[in-house]
Amino acid sequence: MEIIMAFVCGFLFMAAIYLILSRSLLRIIIGTGLLSHGAHLLILTMGSFKGSAPPVLTEGVTDFVDPLPQALILTAIVISFGVTAFFLVLAYRAYQELKTDDMTELKGSDDIE
Amino acid sequence: MFQVLCIFIPLIAALFMPFFFKKVRSIHTGWFVLVVPIFLASYYATFIPITSKGDSVIAQLHWIPSLGISFVSYLDGLSLLFSILITGIGALVVLYSIFYLNRTKEQLHNFYIYLLMFMSAMLGVVQSDNMMTLYLFWELTSISSFLLIGYWFNRDKSRFGALKSMMITVAGGMLMLGGFVLLALMGDTFSIRELIAQAPELAANDLFVLALILILLGAFTKSAQFPFYIWLPDAMEAPTPVSAYLHSATMVKAGIYLVARFTPIFAQSEVWIWLVAGIGLLTLFWGSFFAVKQTDLKGILAFSTVSQLGLIMSLLGVGAIAFHVEGAADSAFKYATFAAIFHLINHATFKGSLFMIAGIVDHETGTRDIRKLGGLMSIMPVSFTVALIGSFSMAGIPPFNGFLSKEMFLTAMLSIAEFDLFNFATWGILFPIIAWIASVFTFIYSLYFVFRTFTGKGNIAQLPHKPHEAPMGMLISPVILAVLVVGIFFIPNIVADLFIKPAVIAIQPFLYTHPEQVDIHISAWHGVNTELLMTLGIFAIGFVLFLTLSKWQKIYNAFPAKLTLNNLYDFIIYELSGNWMYRLSSSYMTGSNRRYLGLMFGAFSLIVIGTLFSKDAFYVTFEGASPVHLHQVILIIVLVIGTITTVFAKSRITSIVALGAVGYTVSLFFVLFKAPDLALTQLVIETISVALFLLAFYHLPKFKKEQERNRFKFGRALVSFAVGAMVTLVALSAHSQKLVPSIAEYYKETVYSLAGGGNIVNVILVDYRGFDTLFEITVLAIAGMAIYGMIKLRLSRKGGKL
Repeated sequence: MEIIMAFVCGFLFMAAIYLILSRSLLRIIIGTGLLSHGAHLLILTMGSFKGSAPPVLTEGVTDFVDPLPQALILTAIVISFGVTAFFLVLAYRAYQELKTDDMTELKGSDDIE
Repeated sequence: MFQVLCIFIPLIAALFMPFFFKKVRSIHTGWFVLVVPIFLASYYATFIPITSKGDSVIAQLHWIPSLGISFVSYLDGLSLLFSILITGIGALVVLYSIFYLNRTKEQLHNFYIYLLMFMSAMLGVVQSDNMMTLYLFWELTSISSFLLIGYWFNRDKSRFGALKSMMITVAGGMLMLGGFVLLALMGDTFSIRELIAQAPELAANDLFVLALILILLGAFTKSAQFPFYIWLPDAMEAPTPVSAYLHSATMVKAGIYLVARFTPIFAQSEVWIWLVAGIGLLTLFWGSFFAVKQTDLKGILAFSTVSQLGLIMSLLGVGAIAFHVEGAADSAFKYATFAAIFHLINHATFKGSLFMIAGIVDHETGTRDIRKLGGLMSIMPVSFTVALIGSFSMAGIPPFNGFLSKEMFLTAMLSIAEFDLFNFATWGILFPIIAWIASVFTFIYSLYFVFRTFTGKGNIAQLPHKPHEAPMGMLISPVILAVLVVGIFFIPNIVADLFIKPAVIAIQPFLYTHPEQVDIHISAWHGVNTELLMTLGIFAIGFVLFLTLSKWQKIYNAFPAKLTLNNLYDFIIYELSGNWMYRLSSSYMTGSNRRYLGLMFGAFSLIVIGTLFSKDAFYVTFEGASPVHLHQVILIIVLVIGTITTVFAKSRITSIVALGAVGYTVSLFFVLFKAPDLALTQLVIETISVALFLLAFYHLPKFKKEQERNRFKFGRALVSFAVGAMVTLVALSAHSQKLVPSIAEYYKETVYSLAGGGNIVNVILVDYRGFDTLFEITVLAIAGMAIYGMIKLRLSRKGGKL
């Protein structure tokens, strides 16, 4: 299962990078969303899927899955949510002020002052 | 201790100069400065009896003891000679500058601060035995020279000249530092004396030749050797006292000093001998040849300085041959180093006086253009006499000191033919020939300098100022130097005993241990021999060529103006580093975020994948993998379809909904992989995220069709594929090679006994690793505040500025 999940994560990353390299700001944000999904699944996969019970103490169960990656992912989910929310509002404000969401037009360079 | 402090006396004195300049307006600031070099010169003169016996004095002041860096004042024959030159000529130059620079019109405090700074730096260079402090003072001479050349900073040419000299000498200095570091690594000490003591072992080291070349580059750039001499003519924009002091008598000799100082270490290498002697000779010829072309008085002197420095350098190179010759103390090779030091003293005297005369002519007539000058002899008789003495000495005419050193130079060059090591038997014959031709040109430009300026008709009426003899004070310094020029001719052996022989034993410790062993007696008349005939030939041919100068001077125009070293410098500085490098960096710094990201992702995945395979780290095993179930496969298929829809959706809403589908599938994965808390959080967060996306969706414009050039589209696909492949490969090999077991056992065992909880993930979040959670809350808070700020604060609308 871990082998297949490695390919799934790679696929998610590939799609995310493809979107991040696009011209529209909204597509880029969607890309970052996919990227964080990929990263979270990757952390979980690397922690391995061994164990038959969720990491909650229950009578008579000793074979828990690894709880540490889950704690890390939980933190990561919240942080990526905060960043995505911020990014969305930033894109909204940028569009409001600059009237464009096209990255080629948002180019910052010396000849534009 | 006091001896070390003496190096810093000029620097300390410099601190007070603004005070004298601002508060004591009625007295020229130079008079206060004058005290410093006079005091130092008399102080250093007290060491002469010690060094002339072949002894040395050393004093030390620790600076960074843990790194072995300290200020060392080491006075032997060589450094004492330089110290006296620096302070002695320094005193004369300060005296001259008092009359040259106007008290009310010039920023004198700046001038004298730079000058005193330079004096300290130069004393430090020649007295430092520690290579690190030597380098420190070396760069300080470059900086103070930069400041002095750019003294009239509102002139374009001054700034250009200052920058050029800075670029070239500092580049050389940096390389020299590299050489020093290599030497220190080889010998495990910064002390030059200790390095000399272990010279034979150093020569066996592989880095020896590299250190040699780096140090020589430092010396050649400073001493204006071919092809680095180009900064010196441009440095003539400096005030004339500066040119006289820095660019003829002292700073440009720092490279000579360095070569002389390191000769005991490097003389064993043939590379050293060939480079020093060969480049020196080339510089000698090149400088003297092009000096005749110049029309600016100081330009002639600059090229002449280049040429004479080449002469001294080549003599030092030939002197190093003595290391390889049996019984060199009895052969003609012994003359080379002696002649180098002798000519160094002579050059300092006559070139200093000539620069001062050029300054006087400029000051009194308003021009330095030799084509406008002429016939000043009767108006400025004293200046003419001094110029005549200086020029004749430079040309090598008796009874002036230049004659003596020129004769010894020819002797040393002729001696090369005796030497049959390192291919000198084949090429050695070129040395006296080139030296002779260069001497002819030296003769021509010496006469050109003095006679074109002072004799002939001239059109005095058309000069910018009405010329008259310079004031007494201005003439004192050049007259003193001219008296020295004549004086040294008549008492050369006293000078030799006091200064030259102690310096020679410092340069050639492998040949002599005591000054009295230097068995050389200078005599003006040494019978009819080859040297004398060569000298007569120089006079005769030089004189004829000088008289016919106007006929053949045109050949200089035949040289293409584009193929000069100055053009090469301009090309490197302005075209190559300025223009081309700008174009190169702006070719990838396009300002396009997508391009940067593409480059970064691409490079990142290339490096990771490359490392993975080049280090043979890729390895896959199916062992330990958990079994695959059907429902998992179904979820994976859903996830992949969702992702593809997200990427290729034509409308925004499809894309957003598909992203939501991916998120919910991920939370289902969390359910399958027994992570209930994750599943819960993911479900909630995904819902809020999709809501947010839909909010933004309302305000953001519709998707446009992605219009790319094909090349970019292909690159984009390639980069994203590379990143995906990288993640997969790394995940596979990481999973297949687990080296240590998880620390989760500890959490599982202690979650109830130590933390009193049942949900291990939650206990980790708030108990074991509570800090993570604290700052994750902080992140959310900051994001919230930032969003609020972005929406509420609109400074530009209100006309305010950010």
